[in-house]
Amino acid sequence: MCLAVPGQVVKIDEDQLRTATVSFGGITKDVSLALVPEAVVGDYVIVHVGFAISKLDEEAARRSLELFEAMRAAQAGPDGQGDGKSRMAPS
Amino acid sequence: MKYVDEYRDQFAAGTLAEEIRHRITRPWTIMEVCGGQTHAIVRFGLDELLPEQLTLVHGPGCPVCVTPVGLIDQAVALALLPRVIFCSFGDMLRVPGSRENLFAVKTAGGDVRIVYSPLDALKLAQAHPDREVVCFAVGFETTAPAYAMAVTQAKRLGLTNFSLLAAHVLVPPAMEAILSAPGNRVQGFLAAGHVCTVMGYEEYEELAARYRVPIVVTGFEPVDVLEGVTMLVRQLEEGRANVENQYVRSVRRQGNEEARTIIEEVFEPSNRAWRGIGEIAASGLRLKPAYAAYDAAIKFRRELGAGVGEARENPECQSGLVLQGLLKPTECPAFGVRCTPEQPLGAPMVSSEGACAAYYRYRRQPSHAGVEKDEQREV
Repeated sequence: MCLAVPGQVVKIDEDQLRTATVSFGGITKDVSLALVPEAVVGDYVIVHVGFAISKLDEEAARRSLELFEAMRAAQAGPDGQGDGKSRMAPS
Repeated sequence: MKYVDEYRDQFAAGTLAEEIRHRITRPWTIMEVCGGQTHAIVRFGLDELLPEQLTLVHGPGCPVCVTPVGLIDQAVALALLPRVIFCSFGDMLRVPGSRENLFAVKTAGGDVRIVYSPLDALKLAQAHPDREVVCFAVGFETTAPAYAMAVTQAKRLGLTNFSLLAAHVLVPPAMEAILSAPGNRVQGFLAAGHVCTVMGYEEYEELAARYRVPIVVTGFEPVDVLEGVTMLVRQLEEGRANVENQYVRSVRRQGNEEARTIIEEVFEPSNRAWRGIGEIAASGLRLKPAYAAYDAAIKFRRELGAGVGEARENPECQSGLVLQGLLKPTECPAFGVRCTPEQPLGAPMVSSEGACAAYYRYRRQPSHAGVEKDEQREV
């Protein structure tokens, strides 16, 4: 019920609901941007039941992904690939 | 998909699991509040990556599951009215009422429509001015602004044939009910990232301080969940009880102010019964008097008074214990035998966020940590 997914704003109609075309990995849907007035074309938004509920902070996402990289490097053995014991198996 | 795939990276997940193992020195019990997180944990086998000292218990964060049987009965009564088009998210259709569910009404010819957004219901109201469109407004704070927007839009458009059967519930009162229950064993919470995207996390700071319990606002992908657990274990081991935000790419401390404003415009808190748990004060949302014309409970008061009998839960269903984290779904004698997604005894077996549904879908065979159990993904 609280499932919400990130998508990229492709086009915005400035109607009452700020209806936008949002792409989810190539699949597009109409989404209201009324609750995220700051979002513009090219931004990523988190979408729930037809409404964007936040503009995704790409800078914050980049920082957290860099942190994971740094943690991995700190744990890695001499081959740079970690100890190989705790990785998720390939899906 | 960008901003999804990066958070399913096996190496990042492995690194975080290693960090948790390195940090933990004694047993801890933590609860993930949201059913979306429960599904990520079971689907990706995240619990199997964690050290034995750490116990994860699944919380009540599935709005479909906690909707009381009396409200399902009201939904069924409304859906049976010939002039009504009854709109609902698909999850609600198989949830058992006292006598029947919405799916049975639909099968028998009732006009029950599955909608993706409250705006779909609004379009139906515009297209069918001779019919009454009633929308089953189920959800947590995440979903409330969408319904509030639909109501204000209906008012703007002058639609008089659109109303909500309001069934919204609020997360912090439920967390407080868990913390204040005798025998509570939860020592830390992963708070629901999308609820906090809307509401922010100021109200959680009060809970953390009052109950000396750390809370980490957490996202829904495997790496998010493991990072949230890492942050929680770090706090527990250091004796801290703060609110921290793992899901920084979506959540701000003050939440989404536009969304909060529209919720406050349309809804007000009310006491609400939670299925299997009981009534929790000020834990639901109802329409404010200014929007009474859009309240199906008022609009159809006469029909609901006559058409709904006494609410009855199935006595064999133990969902109350599951929703409080006191029983694992697989410990229920009816699990997978007399209770399946096709023939459920209770809502957690049919909701896409229900704990019983997660175990039924991903845990009926021996699992392998980290291997995604099912490739299907809802969008």
